[in-house]
Amino acid sequence: MTDFAGWLMPLRYASETSEHNAVRTAAGLFDLSHMGEFFVSGAGAATALDYALTGEPSALRPGRARYTMICAEDGGILDDLIVYRLAEDEFLVVANAANATVVGAALSERAVGRDAVVSDRTDDYALIAIQGPRSAGILAPLTTANLAEVKYYASYPAQVAGRQVLLARTGYTGEDGFELFARPSDAEFLWAQLSVAGADDGLIPAGLAARDTLRLEAGMPLYGNELSADLTPFDAGLGRVVKLDKSGDFVGRAALTERANRAPERQLIGLICKSRRVPRHGYDVLWEGEPCGSVTSGAPSPTLGVPIAMAYVRPQVAAAAAELAARDHAAGERSDGSRDGAASTGLAVDVRGRAEPATLVELPFYRRPA
Amino acid sequence: MTVPTELYYTPEHEWIAISGSTASVGITDHAQRALGDVVFVSVPAAGSRVSAGEPCGEVESTKSVSDLYSPVDGEVTEINPEIDDDPGLVNSDPYGAGWLFKVLLDETDGDVPPGLLSAAEYAALTKEDE
Repeated sequence: MTDFAGWLMPLRYASETSEHNAVRTAAGLFDLSHMGEFFVSGAGAATALDYALTGEPSALRPGRARYTMICAEDGGILDDLIVYRLAEDEFLVVANAANATVVGAALSERAVGRDAVVSDRTDDYALIAIQGPRSAGILAPLTTANLAEVKYYASYPAQVAGRQVLLARTGYTGEDGFELFARPSDAEFLWAQLSVAGADDGLIPAGLAARDTLRLEAGMPLYGNELSADLTPFDAGLGRVVKLDKSGDFVGRAALTERANRAPERQLIGLICKSRRVPRHGYDVLWEGEPCGSVTSGAPSPTLGVPIAMAYVRPQVAAAAAELAARDHAAGERSDGSRDGAASTGLAVDVRGRAEPATLVELPFYRRPA
Repeated sequence: MTVPTELYYTPEHEWIAISGSTASVGITDHAQRALGDVVFVSVPAAGSRVSAGEPCGEVESTKSVSDLYSPVDGEVTEINPEIDDDPGLVNSDPYGAGWLFKVLLDETDGDVPPGLLSAAEYAALTKEDE
């Protein structure tokens, strides 16, 4: 167990590698009750959120959801969020546990005078996620919802095992899956029902460690690693979440407009290491033997069987490393994966004092089979 | 957590089995549980010298990396040939198939090398951790 933003959570239930693989090949069950849930309601809810967030929640149809961000006036990322439009005048905003206080305060402040009420309902909701290719098959017999009609990034009020939940087809693993917002008093029961229903299909509980390697393989950013108040969505390669063309002002518009029109100072890249020593958060990335950036997340990838990492590097380095990777690919690497003088002439990560050669790859590292 | 009574231990969570002038070294059950799934172990090369308390390798797991410290002075005579292909042996059988390397001890007067903990001492130490 580990302390995660004040919540006592399991890093793993048994083996994090088995948990990871279960989600890729069968299904995994996650307790995500630590996530912050904020309801934004009232005639002005859509307008208030358009002002508070980088996205355009007013353009969402009821029942649909979107990945978005909340930024400070200077464009720095306060959190990444999923916003669900539950009804014409009601939205659910799901925030990271570590940022929930900041997000709640910012939403409330930004709703003032906009005919919207923000309420922190974190303690009113448990959140259970079932993720993996067999999720729909396991969940279908238990729920009143017709899962074939539940689109990706959509939510429906539904019953699961006779208990009322908000059922959403969202997740953070790169797999198909569902998230169940449930009453805390129903959580244990639902967990047990899902565990039993999925046992024959290989469903097992999965902890934070598996969640981290799953999202990393899927190229999804984690706040505190790839995202921070010192970075804008453009730095993270997520400029698409900033709707500069929406009508009306929003917090951060001036800074983000300026940022959108300027050449980036850094670029988020994917790396695959050639040795088995693993790049970790904070390690230097080297180009031609000189520091050119920093690893944000790194782990041994259970799916690929090699260490992978995301890192911020100077854009010129990203371009040169991409060119080098393409050239290597075309030439065909030697069977041992080495290249002449790789440590000094190409891309590498300083893994505790030793330069470990790495190759730039396009994100994500893993894409689920269509 | 298991702490076999016939072994010696270090505060860095290694175990040592002494047989004549040879010490076999591995990491404890407590250590493998704390690390999680081990994905790579680098051990000192056969023939190399190791000194008690000095780093001589590393253990990589999904979430972290730890230095491996030599518990004794001597020369490495053998490394576990299975561990490179199957580092998960450290998790599944830390005191058996997951052993890491063997050292020919410098001092072979029959005494236990200095500074090692008994099973009872190590069990007490890890209990404080919890």
